[in-house]
Amino acid sequence: MSTSAATRLAPSGLPETPFAANAAAAPPHSTPGDWEPGRRVIAPSLAPLPGHQWQEEPHMSPDGMHVAAVVRQEDDSFTMRVDDGVWDASFDKVWSPRFLADGRLAAIVQQDGEWTVAVDGEAWPETYGFIWSLCSGPAGRLAAAVQQDTRYGMIMDGEVWETLYENANNFALSPDGRRTAAVVQTVPLGQADIETFMRGVYSVAVDGEAWEQNFMNVWTPVFDNRNDRVAAQVRLSHAEYTVAVNGAPWPATFPCVWEPCFDPATGAVAAPVRKEGRWGMALDGTLLWDARFFQCWSPAWSRDGRHLWAIVAPQYGRFTVARDAAPWSFTAPVVTDLVLSSDGTRAAALVSNDNSDWQVVVDGVPWPGRWEMAWRPVFSPCGQHVAVRVRDRARETVLVDGKPWRDAFTTAWDPTFGPGGAVLLRGVRDGACERWVATIDDFKA
Amino acid sequence: MSATEFSGIAERRIEDANLIRGVAALTRERIERVVKAVTKGEAGARLAVYHETCMRCGMCADACHYCLSHGGDPTYSPVGKMEQTMWKLLRTGGKVDPDDIYGMAQIAYTECNLCRRCVHYCPVGIDTGYVMSMVRRICHRLGVVPLYIQDTAHSHSGTMNQMWVKDDEWIDSLVWQEDEARGEIPSLRIPFDKEGADFLYSVIAPEPKFRTQLIYQAAVIFDQAGVDWTMPSSPGWDNSDMCMFTGDYEMMGRLKRCHFEMAQKLKVKRIVMGECGHAFRSVYDVGNRWLGWKFHPVPIVHSVEFFWELLTEGKIKLARKFDEPVTIHDPCNIIRGRGLMDKLREVTHALCSNVVEMSPTREHNLCCCAGGGVINCGPPFKGVRLAGNKAKADQLAATGVHTVVAPCHNCHGGLEDIIHHYKLGMHTKFLGDLIYDCMEKPGAA
Repeated sequence: MSTSAATRLAPSGLPETPFAANAAAAPPHSTPGDWEPGRRVIAPSLAPLPGHQWQEEPHMSPDGMHVAAVVRQEDDSFTMRVDDGVWDASFDKVWSPRFLADGRLAAIVQQDGEWTVAVDGEAWPETYGFIWSLCSGPAGRLAAAVQQDTRYGMIMDGEVWETLYENANNFALSPDGRRTAAVVQTVPLGQADIETFMRGVYSVAVDGEAWEQNFMNVWTPVFDNRNDRVAAQVRLSHAEYTVAVNGAPWPATFPCVWEPCFDPATGAVAAPVRKEGRWGMALDGTLLWDARFFQCWSPAWSRDGRHLWAIVAPQYGRFTVARDAAPWSFTAPVVTDLVLSSDGTRAAALVSNDNSDWQVVVDGVPWPGRWEMAWRPVFSPCGQHVAVRVRDRARETVLVDGKPWRDAFTTAWDPTFGPGGAVLLRGVRDGACERWVATIDDFKA
Repeated sequence: MSATEFSGIAERRIEDANLIRGVAALTRERIERVVKAVTKGEAGARLAVYHETCMRCGMCADACHYCLSHGGDPTYSPVGKMEQTMWKLLRTGGKVDPDDIYGMAQIAYTECNLCRRCVHYCPVGIDTGYVMSMVRRICHRLGVVPLYIQDTAHSHSGTMNQMWVKDDEWIDSLVWQEDEARGEIPSLRIPFDKEGADFLYSVIAPEPKFRTQLIYQAAVIFDQAGVDWTMPSSPGWDNSDMCMFTGDYEMMGRLKRCHFEMAQKLKVKRIVMGECGHAFRSVYDVGNRWLGWKFHPVPIVHSVEFFWELLTEGKIKLARKFDEPVTIHDPCNIIRGRGLMDKLREVTHALCSNVVEMSPTREHNLCCCAGGGVINCGPPFKGVRLAGNKAKADQLAATGVHTVVAPCHNCHGGLEDIIHHYKLGMHTKFLGDLIYDCMEKPGAA
């Protein structure tokens, strides 16, 4: 897995990468648990249980052993269905459920107008004005954005930042899942007070403590892989953009920049930068890749720092993936979901013409077949295999190395590689929620 | 005509705090440098061709509502406005005084709606909207932008939405509207972050800020039509873009990237946009292209087109028709910009029993005078805007009806100001208002 070390909080609270598709967000390669080959039915039916007015989309645990969904009960209260049971507790509202790495189920809940987090049905004792962007990392700690008395910040395992701010957004979690960061507004702004705005009201707070410097704008804070330093895009004036690391901006400025990422080997920071109408890549403020691309974003380092990847547009309207500034020859109108192998020498991405004919491209070579939709590729721990969930004609299946699984689901979740070439498949088929442990040989051309 | 004969803009100068502040910081050298950077480095051949081919014939004068509303005053004609701004900058190589920039900014931001009606009247097809956009680009890079629209652009940069809506306020607005709508449709749900939904529904920030009933109505329409939709719970939900109109193209690109990447992360098939015109222009035509996409990476559907689909496919059934006579206002960005005039009429006729066309109509309809960011320039320029709307007021009054159907937020703002100022005794409606009022609601309590 590449180690551009950032975890951003996604809309649904799922860990994700800064702002754009970034290789760092590759799902875990393997999940502890039952890797015995074959099929297991987790829930024979996902039809709403008696007494439930409705049931929302199901969520399956990463190990495929449980399925959960928000349900509305006869008394109009909400709770979580887990397999064929429900939490004892019910609430006025439940949303953003997610399984944690250790198998616990967490969700944001509202009761009597106050919001908090419930884990396995037990709500945190404290309540807040609002909670959103629930996320957890490998340490199993739960982080979220929080608003309390119209002040903003983050919360981790029920502990709110000591200092809260006028506003906070662009929330981030360190790779070890123990530290939090966000863009914070440190100075109040009156209506149309553009002078104060231009002097700078935004900074980055790490575990609640803001950098000393303010900027006109700050976006996409990202931790290094030692969970120590934080880099972010900053705007110094309407036309001057750069990157700040722990509050110190690069000496050079550019007409525009995109999300930075740390070299995990050296701690240097790379970011796409615009210069004279074209895009390149800067390293610690100095141009590393010539500004010759029509676009360049989603940078990602290999774990050893030897290779730097990004999505680029070598021609107007044609995108591809570049490694160390060298683009693949295969181009397409749209490229997303760049993912690297564990050693960072291989890459996979999704390409499309019009969002309905997705192809998987690995190392610059497209797999056969086009799909109505495709999900983020997953590399095996050894880097030899790639799995991708795809949808076609209302059926979802998984491809491994370009070959489809012999069966399909009506709904599936992302595949996971296990030991010895095992592949965990999770999905709903004929109304039942199932987990399958397949082998590479189960995927045929 | 020569530029020296024009004294209009100097005589009608309006004080704006940020225009004054911005001009005070200018030097002739800086102006010359920025003008060259934009006209040579950004605009290139297109602008040069327009400049070379404009024969100053004045055919565009009768196309412009400002010119028509001011008795044919040539300084308000499209060619007159280009002559006083871009043509002068090109002719002088940018060697103008700071005070000249004030007048150019006032013309470009407040006396041209970028409505592109004049394109249809120009014998050589000069796009005055493009030329005035490049004047705005120069003004942005010089820091000479009217205060209120600059503040709105700052909101975009700080919050990724137009109205300083904080992350929790957005979610809270959706939760609130879902609760409200359940009073009418008990099973109604606003699905947050539903991965793989058929479409993402995006709106402009005034909806959660002070027009939340439009979210309510859309939720009822989608719910009762049985469509598969979602709304994002984090930034990317706002499709509007005043940065496109200030000339801050770097921020425009950032906003559009956020919007499209939200749709890509949620793996939706397409984006359906609420009834807004300028947002459609920014996503469908301008912002996407600045980012390097030839088209849009996720298909974009305006509400007019989507409502047409729902009605023609029978997903919405009408319980009645709106009986009062109505007229149709054609928003420039979806009619001249997208060609939705036929579908707008088919939807309106399906909903209303008595439709009275304006004259002129369709792609020749007159602008509301709010678009192009003009209404966002705020109170200092409201009088100018209303004076420039006399032609529209006459056109509205001639219909003899009391209801104007306009599927665009800015058009509503502009038309309501006209109606009030000229005492027309009319009111405006969105298509969503009419559909919500007239449709069958089998799920209603």
